[in-house]
Amino acid sequence: MDEADRIQIAVAECHRLSSSLAIVGHGSKALLGPLRGEDTLSTQSLSGILDYRPEELVVTAWAGTSLGELTEVLAEKRQMLPFDPPRFDGAGTLGGALASGLSGPARPWRGSVRDAVLGVEIVNGRGQRLRFGGSVMKNVAGYDVSRLMVGARGMLGVILSASVRVLPMPATEATLAVACDAGEAGRLVRHWARRPLPITATCYCQNTLHLRLSGSAAGVASARSALGLHEGGDPLLWAAVRDHAHPFFADSAGSVTRVSLPRGSRFDAEDALIEWGGCQAWSPDGSIELPDGGFATTFAPGRQPSTRPVPDAATAKVAARLKDAFDPSGVFNPGVEH
Amino acid sequence: MSNPKVLARLRAALPAASVLTGEHAVRPFETDGLTAIRETPWVVVLPETVEQVRTVLAICREHRVPVVTRGAGTGLSGGARPLKDGVLLTLTKMNRIKEVDLDACTATLEPGVTNLAISEAVREHGLYYAPDPSSQLACSIGGNVAENSGGVHCLKYGLTVHNVIGLKVETFEGDELVLGGKTLESPGLDLLAIMMGSEGMLGVVTEVTVKLLPLPVAKTVLLGSFGVLEDAGRAVGAIIAEGIIPAGLEMMDNPSIRAAEDFADAGYPREAAAILLCELDGTAEEVAADAHRVQAVLASHGADVRLATDAADQERLWKGRKAAFPAMGRLSPDYYCMDGTIPRAKLAEVLNGIGELSEEFGLRVANVFHAGDGNLHPLILFDANVPGQLERAEDLGDRILRLCVDAGGTVTGEHGVGVEKLNTMCVQFNDEELAQFHALKAAFDPDGLMNPGKAVPTLARCSELGGMRVHQGRVPHPELERF
Repeated sequence: MDEADRIQIAVAECHRLSSSLAIVGHGSKALLGPLRGEDTLSTQSLSGILDYRPEELVVTAWAGTSLGELTEVLAEKRQMLPFDPPRFDGAGTLGGALASGLSGPARPWRGSVRDAVLGVEIVNGRGQRLRFGGSVMKNVAGYDVSRLMVGARGMLGVILSASVRVLPMPATEATLAVACDAGEAGRLVRHWARRPLPITATCYCQNTLHLRLSGSAAGVASARSALGLHEGGDPLLWAAVRDHAHPFFADSAGSVTRVSLPRGSRFDAEDALIEWGGCQAWSPDGSIELPDGGFATTFAPGRQPSTRPVPDAATAKVAARLKDAFDPSGVFNPGVEH
Repeated sequence: MSNPKVLARLRAALPAASVLTGEHAVRPFETDGLTAIRETPWVVVLPETVEQVRTVLAICREHRVPVVTRGAGTGLSGGARPLKDGVLLTLTKMNRIKEVDLDACTATLEPGVTNLAISEAVREHGLYYAPDPSSQLACSIGGNVAENSGGVHCLKYGLTVHNVIGLKVETFEGDELVLGGKTLESPGLDLLAIMMGSEGMLGVVTEVTVKLLPLPVAKTVLLGSFGVLEDAGRAVGAIIAEGIIPAGLEMMDNPSIRAAEDFADAGYPREAAAILLCELDGTAEEVAADAHRVQAVLASHGADVRLATDAADQERLWKGRKAAFPAMGRLSPDYYCMDGTIPRAKLAEVLNGIGELSEEFGLRVANVFHAGDGNLHPLILFDANVPGQLERAEDLGDRILRLCVDAGGTVTGEHGVGVEKLNTMCVQFNDEELAQFHALKAAFDPDGLMNPGKAVPTLARCSELGGMRVHQGRVPHPELERF
């Protein structure tokens, strides 16, 4: 019996007994609040790369594989996870990255976690082991359950393994800095969005806008001169922002609010850290005013994240039914809200 | 079906020209792009507003009449095949571009807007909509959502799922789901993702917001001609292993090359075993550098390489590829287009397998291949006027899709399951997986009256086909005795 069988049997037993499980990988995402469950189901021993063929641009790995190991293996072939997921305290698993659905600094340009997911194997709440999607880029056979698992926070099933798309690492990257206020930073990123520039990250914090360019040496050099930007910035900034190791997060004293901003909207809170080409901001102010079409999620220690505005009734109804469709007896992660 | 009460209510709710009945009027709607499968719809409605869509759904809900949603009818799997006792809800009249937001680089569209019309409307602003299925002149964005359509540029720019950021969906129950929007993330479960490629089974898409990209400043096309097919397959992997993501990477085998060349005079070498078309885009510096590297990779795999000299030459090279399907019309009275996806590394193996099957069935097969993303379109040539040939072509198609599944691929890359691939779905998924699909549908459509009978086979259907099914080494229905 392998580790996946063990998980399947544990879930089936919980389904039979109507008991519950908290699904845990490295347990690095305290940000997302505590998990409740009569027992803990760890995916940590479900680890290792199942298949990696660089020329297919796909890697398949067990859910408990550490992101550190995975990125190292990819880096040996000069490839990377396009969604560059956070590694809080340096930890985190592939399954956790999918379940939490948190994407890194390149999200607007290289896509989100769900954009990269091609297939999953899961155990649903009935204890059935199911495969959806596959390891190919294009696949419209059946509903896209693989992508539904992303960001579902384990509500619908235990992810056993996943196939995700990878990308070649760029030959060159340059981090540049511009001194400006938040309003000017917003104007600049909106202006750049309309031009075919090799931008792969932006971050405004405390009167400096940082910008990352990625591509061939010639492409990066020409973009740099087209932008007229010469001042370099710290290339380690991006990992620090991604992993909440940036001083901004240390200052935010436990509670932090993520503001999802509509593309092209104006947002110039000086005390916020604004990334993703102006589409995601982190603010110490939980009651910060939202632009039309935006939403905010407040993360506080020991609590489930709270989102405003709350999802409308029609969407909540379908989400509740989907929970029932995958996990009818409520085995997984009780208390995690859909 | 002739429920006069339903008809009267539909007529009262919609403009006279938006309710079609009678054989003559509904004939154009009896099939989609998969013309072998036909059904005469009972009534065709063409609403002009979302309110009218809601009214139609309300009437159908009260009278328990099934609804099939249809866009431009270019789908290739029979997903929009009408029902003889159902309403065919056709959204082509809802074709307004509601908003182009230049700050956000988005466009908000009614579902009947054609794919190409989006790019045409925003070209003056230096923007475009990336997915470009070959039917882009006619196919609608609502249909693109239903099928998660791709095109020749999706290796680099993604499928519909990567480019549609918001939807409004009317459910059969009468709710409106507002999914996604102009933010990059959405709270809660990713219902937006699940709508992509859902084939009209979950709800009616009434509004689509897409992201727009800046037009690339530079582009070039290379043609590599190979004497050995396997070399072309290996060259594809080698280009990607070099760290290059081409905008487009297409392969054609010899029968396709000849047909396309006869038809379009694209300058392809008629004797080549295979050609690769590689399009690169980006900044001028990047394109020049990558072209140089691709040229070297192709040459090192035994190809004769030609770099397009100018924009007109690029267009000529693409013209042959784009003409591949119509060109088949010259080779054969009919062709049947398959749509498997395979890991690229298995290409040579699968093509050899297709060659053997082609001989076994006595039907010619030409192959065009979205090589970048592993999406294979074998075109089975046949003559429907010869008794039995259509059935033989369908059987051959079925066998080819099994080859794709066995190679670790899928029965449909971009055309959808519709009614065409219901049987092969039984090969790819086991009963528990299919049951999960049915449960997922019921979360959106508890009555099961949205496009019933499509996309996911019933367990009973698969059971009848059972003898042939071995899924990932697991024998289906282990509870049944086998003799």
